[in-house]
Amino acid sequence: MIKRSVNRIPVSALAIMAVLLVFWEAAVRVTGMPAWFLPPPSRVFTALMETLPLLLEHSRYTLLAALTGLTMAVLVALVLAVVMALSPRIRQGVYPLLVFSQTIPIITIAPLLVIWFGFGIMPKVVVVTLVCFFPVAVSMVEGMQAADADMVKLLQVMGASRWQIIRLMLIPAALPSFFAGLKIAGTYAMMGAVIGEWLGASNGLGVFMTRAAHAYKADSVFAAIIIISLISLLLFALIELIARLTIPWYYNERRK
Amino acid sequence: MTTRDSINKFKSDPVVLLEGVAKSFVVGGRSLPILDEVSVRVGQGEFVSLIGPSGCGKSTLFNIICGLERPDRGRVILAGNENLQAVDAVSYMPQKDLLLPWRTVLDNVILAREVAGDGRDKARREAKELMPQFGLAGFENSYPAQLSGGMRQRAALMRTMLAHRNILLLDEPFGALDAITRTKMQQWLLEVWNSFRRAVFFITHDIEEAIFLSDRIYVLTPRSARVTLHLNVNLPRPRRYECVTAPDFLALKKQIMQALTPV
Repeated sequence: MIKRSVNRIPVSALAIMAVLLVFWEAAVRVTGMPAWFLPPPSRVFTALMETLPLLLEHSRYTLLAALTGLTMAVLVALVLAVVMALSPRIRQGVYPLLVFSQTIPIITIAPLLVIWFGFGIMPKVVVVTLVCFFPVAVSMVEGMQAADADMVKLLQVMGASRWQIIRLMLIPAALPSFFAGLKIAGTYAMMGAVIGEWLGASNGLGVFMTRAAHAYKADSVFAAIIIISLISLLLFALIELIARLTIPWYYNERRK
Repeated sequence: MTTRDSINKFKSDPVVLLEGVAKSFVVGGRSLPILDEVSVRVGQGEFVSLIGPSGCGKSTLFNIICGLERPDRGRVILAGNENLQAVDAVSYMPQKDLLLPWRTVLDNVILAREVAGDGRDKARREAKELMPQFGLAGFENSYPAQLSGGMRQRAALMRTMLAHRNILLLDEPFGALDAITRTKMQQWLLEVWNSFRRAVFFITHDIEEAIFLSDRIYVLTPRSARVTLHLNVNLPRPRRYECVTAPDFLALKKQIMQALTPV
């Protein structure tokens, strides 16, 4: 077990990253590029350490918006997926619209959300929900559709109702696909929250970034980016953990 | 004892009665006949097999008995009651075990009881007692992926048994197993059948399997299917696998082979 996880640490990825960082540091020093334009990694690291308490304080707001939005997205997506499974007619009507809605860039409707919901946490939550909803809904619907038709038939011969088939068969069968979609949504969630904060807020990493950019503090912007990446990574790991606890049978099967 | 008993019984009281069942599908604008006047009976507690070349419409026939499809013509009467729904009379076991990978063996075998709305705890208790007979003792909490092919089929059969239906439809249940496992499973199936005494309607394209297991055998023609041969298997029970070399057995085998490959 321990050996496995040691093997899974992506050594080559870390090595490539180290090389790139060294190159970046050297390039900035040799060319004498001003720090407000492109700070060297060492300077970013110093800024990160100096502003860490402030960054963590702002992270709380962003993370709250991200998690709330993600939760909302999951709830709406699950309900909609089940409704579509219950009624093929609703599915036929709703699913194409769902796909079409994804052609609207959500960032462009964000100003409208500010008009409708003001400058509080609400517009951020809505942006996150809109961004995260689609991958979760699609993965759930597709997962349910991919369920083994013969198993459905077996349940029908047992006299199962449509609802029983959904509950006993389609939902569990769709969970691996659902979690795959949730992982994608999880990485979108922080991004959605930060975009929401750019449009107007008094707290949050998005606000921190806007202020730092206005003051030409590029090192602080990079520090915020690092924090956003780390939190997104944590969200991803958290979802992976929940998946392993929820569908252990799937991971056991895959290991074979 | 069983052969004669069950034949007497089926004459008075068939649990599966198909009369002149016909079915065709429309493919590319043309009507493609699948079943052409198939008539079959299975008596109470009887073991009846259906042999046919692959693609002859066996699955369609099963779907009709299960109530998943309606025949174009003919009648299906289950347990002597024309109004009885298939879901209340029939339990079905397909070639693929179709165990739900997210459920333990114990929770898989009680699936039909759960669908019927019976209490989970009661069904689990009942299932636990039967685990040894199905060779699954100690595997109650294993997941299907952890079982061998033979064990998975035993679990699937146990799930079929626990549905508490009078009629078991087994659709090539051992078709995917290797020859040795298959032989063991056939012997074991006879033991289980002997102790539960349900009517079994068994689809196969393995002639020896059909003779070894059955009281009676129907042989179907290629599509569109009709019964080309119907014969009694008067081999004494309980049967051991050695009987596959007995002269009576071989005579039956020859008869069926001739029916399947008419000159």
